[in-house]
Amino acid sequence: MKALEIKGLKKSFRSNFLIRKYDILKGIDLDVEQGEIYGFLGPNGAGKTTTIKCVMGLLAVNAGEILFDGQPAATPAARRRIGFLPENPYFYDYLSAREFLFFSASLFNISAAAVKDKVEILIHRVGLSGHEDLKLRKFSKGMIQRLGLAQALINDPDLLILDEPFSGLDPIGRKDLRTLILSLREQGKTIFFSSHILQDMELMVDRVGIILDGAIRRQGKLSELISRSTQYYEVVCDHIAEKQLAHIQANFACRDGQFILTLASDADINQAVESIIHNNGRIVAVNPVKMTLEDIFFSEMTGGVFQAPTSRSNGTGGPHRPAKTGDSR
Amino acid sequence: MKPSIKGIAINTFRESARNKMFYLLVFFGILFALSSKLVSFLTLGDAMKVLKDTGLAAINFFCVLIAIFTGINLVYKEIEKRTAFNILSKPVSRDEFIIGKFLGLALTMLTALGAMAVIFFAFIALSGGGFDPGIALYFLMLFLELLVIVAISLLFSSFTTPILSFIFTVSLYLIGQIMWTYNEFRSYITVPLWRKLTQALYYLLPNLSKFNIKNDVVMGVAAHPWTILFSVLYALAYVLALLALTILIFRRREFQ
Repeated sequence: MKALEIKGLKKSFRSNFLIRKYDILKGIDLDVEQGEIYGFLGPNGAGKTTTIKCVMGLLAVNAGEILFDGQPAATPAARRRIGFLPENPYFYDYLSAREFLFFSASLFNISAAAVKDKVEILIHRVGLSGHEDLKLRKFSKGMIQRLGLAQALINDPDLLILDEPFSGLDPIGRKDLRTLILSLREQGKTIFFSSHILQDMELMVDRVGIILDGAIRRQGKLSELISRSTQYYEVVCDHIAEKQLAHIQANFACRDGQFILTLASDADINQAVESIIHNNGRIVAVNPVKMTLEDIFFSEMTGGVFQAPTSRSNGTGGPHRPAKTGDSR
Repeated sequence: MKPSIKGIAINTFRESARNKMFYLLVFFGILFALSSKLVSFLTLGDAMKVLKDTGLAAINFFCVLIAIFTGINLVYKEIEKRTAFNILSKPVSRDEFIIGKFLGLALTMLTALGAMAVIFFAFIALSGGGFDPGIALYFLMLFLELLVIVAISLLFSSFTTPILSFIFTVSLYLIGQIMWTYNEFRSYITVPLWRKLTQALYYLLPNLSKFNIKNDVVMGVAAHPWTILFSVLYALAYVLALLALTILIFRRREFQ
């Protein structure tokens, strides 16, 4: 069962006194399964927030369909089961955290008496205990973000939509948020979130969608995207002269007195290792390297192709990576 | 009333009630109303009449000021600061948002006017005057006028900046105050097309002069019940029409 389905979503804005039209979303297709964490990844201006605003009914769509549990998502009835944290949230600064959560509950037609205990639990859960009666104008950005998450959970939603939830959080806050999101998945909630922070996304998501220039470039299970991607191997060695590595078919770099050889296939490993040992070198490590989400993301950014190293290097930077073959889209 | 509308209305009221500017304007309204005693000392004639005249004028002025300054920011600020995103992403329709905002501001005006009225009544009593039902009626009419002003400023606030909202609202307020002379002006127009156009404008523009019964109250002339009833119905119809127009505009609004 799909928790969220977006089919052929298009959105454009007009500017310059309605003369010029900018196509922001050029036909977004994505689906989020029930009970999964879906990471929505893309650079600034790719259309992440616009997509989310269309889902929440804050923007009218030009074409396409957005369904929540098979029903139109941008209706008050659907929003009753959705929790939303906007990007860089700003809340009424004259309210305290507790007052704000009671106000948020009233928007779901939940009375203050019915939600009293829940407000206290949520304040504790997002780490704002002791600050519940402080006016929001005195809150830091991270505290506002935590409160934003609490208000998104006030209606016990089935689907949680978070726009850049890690923005403004310190490392402890990020870890707390990761733990909270993972615990929400344990409770059967579906979480759809956008982020720039690839490390956080890689640690949590079940599936990922990469948006670029208003269109989804890749979508799938993170494990599949990563294992399907090109692998290469690193052989780290020392006690050997550079000229003795010359006949090995590999790119290499020198760092801290060690050579790091990058080999395109596992077939080259034996030959490289034998050659190093034959020249009285020492093998420090042999590492199979899988592509990370970051690699996939930058691969999409650069049109799906890694730049192969063209010359040998003895610089202090990281190792070169071999050229990736085939179309990644 | 739906809890969501009630929640938005109470929150709007709370926003005004926690704004120092609100208290400052209420304070000055009371101060100027009380200073009418000073004016009555310096003026020849019936001191109580002068006191009522200047006192009511001061309350009127500051209440209108509060209505305009609070109203022009009402929706614009919610969109600019993106607090509206949080509300409209909940199961709250845009219609409910506008109605809640209007009711919240109406409650704010009722509180401001109520505070000034209670103090003014007490002041008259201390000055040797009795309870004047005409003044109570004046406050009712002023409240109706404030509702119309709030609805006008809310309309402009839903699609333009506070500065433009201020200019448009004040312009309509001033035009509304001289509508009683507008009909006289129309009688001089002879071209049929212009007559029809000015007639249409007469019905379109807010006739705020209907709510101004200060001279009658001060002079002790009782207002006709039908006039009062007609003014009440006019205010309700005008406010409903303005709210409907605001909702229509706000439904089409995009939150980029």
